[in-house]
Amino acid sequence: MIEIAWSNFTPWSALVGGILIGLAAASFLLLNGRIAGISGILGGLLSPARGDIAWRVAFLAGLIGAPAVWLLATELPAIEIKAGYPALIIAGLFVGIGTRYGSGCTSGHGVCGLSRLSLRSLAATLSFMGAGFFTVYIIRHLLGV
Amino acid sequence: MKYSLASLFAGLVFGFGLIVSGMANPEKVLGFLDIAGLWDPSLAFVMGGAILVGVLAFAVARKRTLSFLGFNMKLPGHTHIDKRLVLGGLMFGVGWGIAGFCPGPGLVALGAGETKAAVFVTAMVAGMAIFEVIERNRAKA
Repeated sequence: MIEIAWSNFTPWSALVGGILIGLAAASFLLLNGRIAGISGILGGLLSPARGDIAWRVAFLAGLIGAPAVWLLATELPAIEIKAGYPALIIAGLFVGIGTRYGSGCTSGHGVCGLSRLSLRSLAATLSFMGAGFFTVYIIRHLLGV
Repeated sequence: MKYSLASLFAGLVFGFGLIVSGMANPEKVLGFLDIAGLWDPSLAFVMGGAILVGVLAFAVARKRTLSFLGFNMKLPGHTHIDKRLVLGGLMFGVGWGIAGFCPGPGLVALGAGETKAAVFVTAMVAGMAIFEVIERNRAKA
Protein backbone atom coordinates (compact mmCIF):
# COMPACT_ATOMS: atom_id res chain seq x y z
CA MET A 1 0.00 0.00 0.00
CA ILE A 2 1.15 3.50 -0.80
CA GLU A 3 1.32 5.81 2.19
CA ILE A 4 0.93 9.49 1.39
CA ALA A 5 3.25 11.98 3.10
CA TRP A 6 0.43 14.43 3.87
CA SER A 7 2.71 16.85 5.71
CA ASN A 8 4.96 17.22 2.62
CA PHE A 9 2.23 17.12 -0.01
CA THR A 10 1.70 20.59 -1.53
CA PRO A 11 -0.96 20.15 -4.22
CA TRP A 12 -1.76 23.85 -4.73
CA SER A 13 1.76 25.21 -5.08
CA ALA A 14 2.58 22.18 -7.23
CA LEU A 15 -0.37 22.91 -9.50
CA VAL A 16 0.37 26.65 -9.72
CA GLY A 17 4.06 25.96 -10.39
CA GLY A 18 3.07 23.38 -12.98
CA ILE A 19 0.80 25.88 -14.72
CA LEU A 20 3.70 28.38 -14.80
CA ILE A 21 5.93 25.71 -16.36
CA GLY A 22 3.16 25.03 -18.87
CA LEU A 23 2.89 28.75 -19.67
CA ALA A 24 6.65 28.93 -20.18
CA ALA A 25 6.56 25.98 -22.57
CA ALA A 26 3.46 27.43 -24.28
CA SER A 27 5.02 30.85 -24.82
CA PHE A 28 8.22 29.30 -26.13
CA LEU A 29 6.21 27.16 -28.51
CA LEU A 30 3.81 29.85 -29.70
CA LEU A 31 6.36 32.70 -29.90
CA ASN A 32 9.42 30.83 -31.17
CA GLY A 33 7.90 27.66 -32.55
CA ARG A 34 10.11 25.40 -30.46
CA ILE A 35 9.88 22.70 -27.82
CA ALA A 36 11.11 23.89 -24.41
CA GLY A 37 13.37 20.92 -23.80
CA ILE A 38 16.06 21.93 -21.35
CA SER A 39 18.56 19.11 -21.98
CA GLY A 40 18.33 19.76 -25.73
CA ILE A 41 18.71 23.53 -25.33
CA LEU A 42 21.80 23.06 -23.14
CA GLY A 43 23.26 20.13 -25.09
CA GLY A 44 22.94 22.01 -28.38
CA LEU A 45 25.52 24.48 -27.12
CA LEU A 46 28.14 21.72 -27.24
CA SER A 47 27.91 21.45 -31.03
CA PRO A 48 27.22 25.10 -31.74
CA ALA A 49 25.98 26.20 -35.14
CA ARG A 50 26.00 29.79 -36.40
CA GLY A 51 22.87 31.70 -35.35
CA ASP A 52 21.88 28.90 -33.01
CA ILE A 53 23.67 30.06 -29.87
CA ALA A 54 22.15 33.33 -28.58
CA TRP A 55 18.62 32.04 -28.00
CA ARG A 56 19.94 28.99 -26.15
CA VAL A 57 22.08 31.16 -23.89
CA ALA A 58 19.10 33.52 -23.35
CA PHE A 59 16.79 30.68 -22.30
CA LEU A 60 19.39 29.26 -19.91
CA ALA A 61 20.13 32.73 -18.52
CA GLY A 62 16.42 33.10 -17.73
CA LEU A 63 16.35 29.74 -16.00
CA ILE A 64 19.55 30.25 -14.01
CA GLY A 65 18.65 33.88 -13.29
CA ALA A 66 15.16 33.03 -12.01
CA PRO A 67 16.24 32.64 -8.35
CA ALA A 68 17.98 36.04 -8.39
CA VAL A 69 14.90 37.75 -9.83
CA TRP A 70 12.71 35.87 -7.35
CA LEU A 71 14.91 37.14 -4.48
CA LEU A 72 14.02 40.75 -5.42
CA ALA A 73 10.48 40.02 -4.23
CA THR A 74 10.76 37.39 -1.53
CA GLU A 75 12.84 34.59 0.00
CA LEU A 76 13.60 31.42 -1.91
CA PRO A 77 12.06 28.20 -0.64
CA ALA A 78 14.50 25.68 0.82
CA ILE A 79 16.71 23.64 -1.51
CA GLU A 80 17.85 20.47 0.28
CA ILE A 81 20.56 18.49 -1.52
CA LYS A 82 21.34 15.41 0.56
CA ALA A 83 23.43 13.56 -2.03
CA GLY A 84 27.19 13.70 -1.43
CA TYR A 85 29.69 14.93 -4.00
CA PRO A 86 30.57 11.52 -5.52
CA ALA A 87 26.86 10.76 -5.92
CA LEU A 88 26.24 14.18 -7.49
CA ILE A 89 29.03 13.60 -10.01
CA ILE A 90 27.73 10.15 -10.97
CA ALA A 91 24.16 11.49 -11.14
CA GLY A 92 25.24 14.41 -13.32
CA LEU A 93 27.10 12.16 -15.76
CA PHE A 94 24.12 9.79 -16.02
CA VAL A 95 21.66 12.66 -16.51
CA GLY A 96 23.91 14.32 -19.09
CA ILE A 97 24.57 11.22 -21.19
CA GLY A 98 21.10 9.72 -20.70
CA THR A 99 19.10 12.81 -21.65
CA ARG A 100 21.12 13.26 -24.84
CA TYR A 101 20.81 9.60 -25.89
CA GLY A 102 17.12 9.64 -25.03
CA SER A 103 16.66 13.00 -26.82
CA GLY A 104 15.06 14.73 -23.86
CA CYS A 105 14.34 15.06 -20.18
CA THR A 106 11.43 15.90 -17.89
CA SER A 107 10.67 19.11 -19.80
CA GLY A 108 11.02 17.98 -23.43
CA HIS A 109 9.50 14.51 -23.11
CA GLY A 110 7.63 14.80 -19.81
CA VAL A 111 5.90 18.16 -20.23
CA CYS A 112 6.04 19.01 -23.95
CA GLY A 113 5.99 15.48 -25.36
CA LEU A 114 3.05 14.34 -23.28
CA SER A 115 1.25 17.62 -24.07
CA ARG A 116 1.45 16.85 -27.76
CA LEU A 117 0.39 13.26 -27.10
CA SER A 118 3.61 11.77 -28.49
CA LEU A 119 3.91 8.02 -27.91
CA ARG A 120 7.67 8.33 -28.26
CA SER A 121 7.77 10.82 -25.39
CA LEU A 122 5.44 8.63 -23.36
CA ALA A 123 7.88 5.74 -23.79
CA ALA A 124 10.77 7.99 -22.74
CA THR A 125 8.84 9.34 -19.73
CA LEU A 126 7.89 5.84 -18.57
CA SER A 127 11.56 4.82 -18.95
CA PHE A 128 13.00 7.61 -16.84
CA MET A 129 10.20 7.61 -14.26
CA GLY A 130 10.46 3.83 -13.92
CA ALA A 131 14.23 4.01 -13.55
CA GLY A 132 13.83 6.87 -11.05
CA PHE A 133 11.40 4.90 -8.87
CA PHE A 134 13.60 1.81 -9.09
CA THR A 135 16.80 3.70 -8.22
CA VAL A 136 15.29 5.43 -5.19
CA TYR A 137 13.88 2.10 -4.03
CA ILE A 138 17.32 0.49 -4.25
CA ILE A 139 19.08 3.38 -2.53
CA ARG A 140 16.59 4.05 0.26
CA HIS A 141 15.08 0.65 0.94
CA LEU A 142 17.62 -1.98 -0.08
CA LEU A 143 20.86 -0.15 0.65
CA GLY A 144 19.20 1.93 3.37
CA VAL A 145 21.16 5.10 2.58
CA MET B 1 16.68 39.61 -31.01
CA LYS B 2 12.93 38.98 -30.59
CA TYR B 3 13.73 35.27 -30.65
CA SER B 4 16.27 35.56 -27.83
CA LEU B 5 14.03 37.84 -25.75
CA ALA B 6 11.18 35.34 -26.00
CA SER B 7 13.66 32.61 -25.01
CA LEU B 8 14.82 34.62 -22.00
CA PHE B 9 11.21 35.18 -20.94
CA ALA B 10 10.33 31.50 -21.32
CA GLY B 11 13.42 30.44 -19.35
CA LEU B 12 12.60 32.87 -16.56
CA VAL B 13 8.97 31.77 -16.26
CA PHE B 14 10.07 28.14 -16.39
CA GLY B 15 12.45 28.86 -13.52
CA PHE B 16 9.70 30.54 -11.49
CA GLY B 17 7.50 27.52 -12.10
CA LEU B 18 10.19 25.18 -10.78
CA ILE B 19 10.66 27.39 -7.68
CA VAL B 20 6.91 27.77 -6.94
CA SER B 21 6.24 24.06 -7.45
CA GLY B 22 9.03 23.02 -5.08
CA MET B 23 10.73 21.04 -7.84
CA ALA B 24 13.96 23.04 -7.52
CA ASN B 25 14.35 21.12 -4.26
CA PRO B 26 15.78 17.62 -4.93
CA GLU B 27 14.49 16.32 -1.61
CA LYS B 28 10.94 17.06 -2.78
CA VAL B 29 11.51 15.28 -6.10
CA LEU B 30 12.93 12.26 -4.26
CA GLY B 31 9.82 12.30 -2.05
CA PHE B 32 7.85 11.64 -5.23
CA LEU B 33 10.22 8.96 -6.52
CA ASP B 34 10.18 7.16 -3.15
CA ILE B 35 6.95 5.32 -3.72
CA ALA B 36 7.76 2.66 -1.11
CA GLY B 37 8.37 5.24 1.62
CA LEU B 38 6.13 8.13 2.63
CA TRP B 39 5.02 9.27 -0.81
CA ASP B 40 4.70 12.94 -1.80
CA PRO B 41 2.53 13.07 -4.95
CA SER B 42 3.29 16.78 -5.58
CA LEU B 43 5.37 16.15 -8.74
CA ALA B 44 2.37 14.53 -10.42
CA PHE B 45 0.41 17.74 -9.82
CA VAL B 46 3.24 19.79 -11.33
CA MET B 47 3.20 17.61 -14.44
CA GLY B 48 -0.58 17.72 -14.53
CA GLY B 49 -0.71 21.53 -14.35
CA ALA B 50 1.98 21.90 -16.99
CA ILE B 51 0.39 19.39 -19.36
CA LEU B 52 -3.03 21.00 -18.94
CA VAL B 53 -1.64 24.26 -20.36
CA GLY B 54 0.63 22.40 -22.79
CA VAL B 55 -2.20 20.46 -24.44
CA LEU B 56 -4.01 23.73 -25.23
CA ALA B 57 -0.82 25.33 -26.55
CA PHE B 58 -0.03 22.40 -28.84
CA ALA B 59 -3.61 22.35 -30.12
CA VAL B 60 -3.06 25.95 -31.27
CA ALA B 61 0.49 25.30 -32.51
CA ARG B 62 -0.49 22.28 -34.58
CA LYS B 63 -2.62 24.45 -36.88
CA ARG B 64 0.15 26.95 -37.58
CA THR B 65 3.17 26.92 -39.88
CA LEU B 66 4.58 30.12 -38.39
CA SER B 67 4.78 31.16 -34.74
CA PHE B 68 3.10 34.34 -33.47
CA LEU B 69 6.45 36.12 -33.91
CA GLY B 70 6.68 34.80 -37.49
CA PHE B 71 9.27 32.03 -37.00
CA ASN B 72 9.03 28.55 -38.51
CA MET B 73 7.43 25.98 -36.22
CA LYS B 74 10.09 23.40 -35.34
CA LEU B 75 8.26 20.43 -33.91
CA PRO B 76 9.91 17.02 -33.51
CA GLY B 77 9.26 14.68 -36.41
CA HIS B 78 10.48 11.40 -34.90
CA THR B 79 7.82 8.95 -33.90
CA HIS B 80 9.73 5.67 -33.63
CA ILE B 81 10.54 4.23 -30.26
CA ASP B 82 14.04 2.76 -30.38
CA LYS B 83 16.74 1.38 -28.12
CA ARG B 84 18.50 4.74 -27.85
CA LEU B 85 15.35 6.44 -26.58
CA VAL B 86 14.58 3.82 -23.95
CA LEU B 87 18.17 3.17 -22.80
CA GLY B 88 18.83 6.91 -22.67
CA GLY B 89 15.65 7.40 -20.65
CA LEU B 90 16.60 4.61 -18.25
CA MET B 91 20.08 6.04 -17.78
CA PHE B 92 18.67 9.52 -17.15
CA GLY B 93 16.19 8.04 -14.64
CA VAL B 94 18.98 6.36 -12.65
CA GLY B 95 20.84 9.67 -12.40
CA TRP B 96 17.60 11.46 -11.49
CA GLY B 97 16.96 8.93 -8.72
CA ILE B 98 20.49 9.22 -7.31
CA ALA B 99 20.45 12.99 -6.72
CA GLY B 100 16.86 14.13 -7.28
CA PHE B 101 18.01 16.56 -9.98
CA CYS B 102 16.92 16.67 -13.59
CA PRO B 103 18.41 19.35 -15.89
CA GLY B 104 15.99 22.26 -15.20
CA PRO B 105 16.02 22.09 -11.39
CA GLY B 106 19.81 21.57 -11.46
CA LEU B 107 20.23 24.86 -13.33
CA VAL B 108 17.78 26.73 -11.07
CA ALA B 109 19.53 25.45 -7.93
CA LEU B 110 22.84 26.51 -9.50
CA GLY B 111 21.34 29.99 -9.96
CA ALA B 112 20.34 29.95 -6.29
CA GLY B 113 24.03 29.63 -5.47
CA GLU B 114 24.09 26.01 -4.32
CA THR B 115 27.63 24.60 -4.57
CA LYS B 116 26.32 21.04 -4.82
CA ALA B 117 24.12 22.04 -7.76
CA ALA B 118 27.19 23.53 -9.46
CA VAL B 119 28.94 20.16 -9.10
CA PHE B 120 25.90 18.33 -10.49
CA VAL B 121 25.57 20.73 -13.45
CA THR B 122 29.30 20.50 -14.24
CA ALA B 123 29.09 16.69 -14.30
CA MET B 124 25.90 16.89 -16.40
CA VAL B 125 27.56 19.13 -19.00
CA ALA B 126 30.57 16.77 -18.98
CA GLY B 127 28.15 13.89 -19.64
CA MET B 128 26.64 15.79 -22.56
CA ALA B 129 30.14 16.45 -23.90
CA ILE B 130 30.96 12.72 -23.64
CA PHE B 131 27.83 12.05 -25.69
CA GLU B 132 28.97 14.52 -28.35
CA VAL B 133 32.42 12.90 -28.60
CA ILE B 134 30.93 9.40 -28.89
CA GLU B 135 28.45 10.56 -31.53
CA ARG B 136 31.12 12.32 -33.59
CA ASN B 137 33.35 9.24 -33.55
CA ARG B 138 30.40 7.09 -34.53
CA ALA B 139 29.62 9.42 -37.43
CA LYS B 140 33.24 9.15 -38.64
CA ALA B 141 33.35 5.36 -38.39
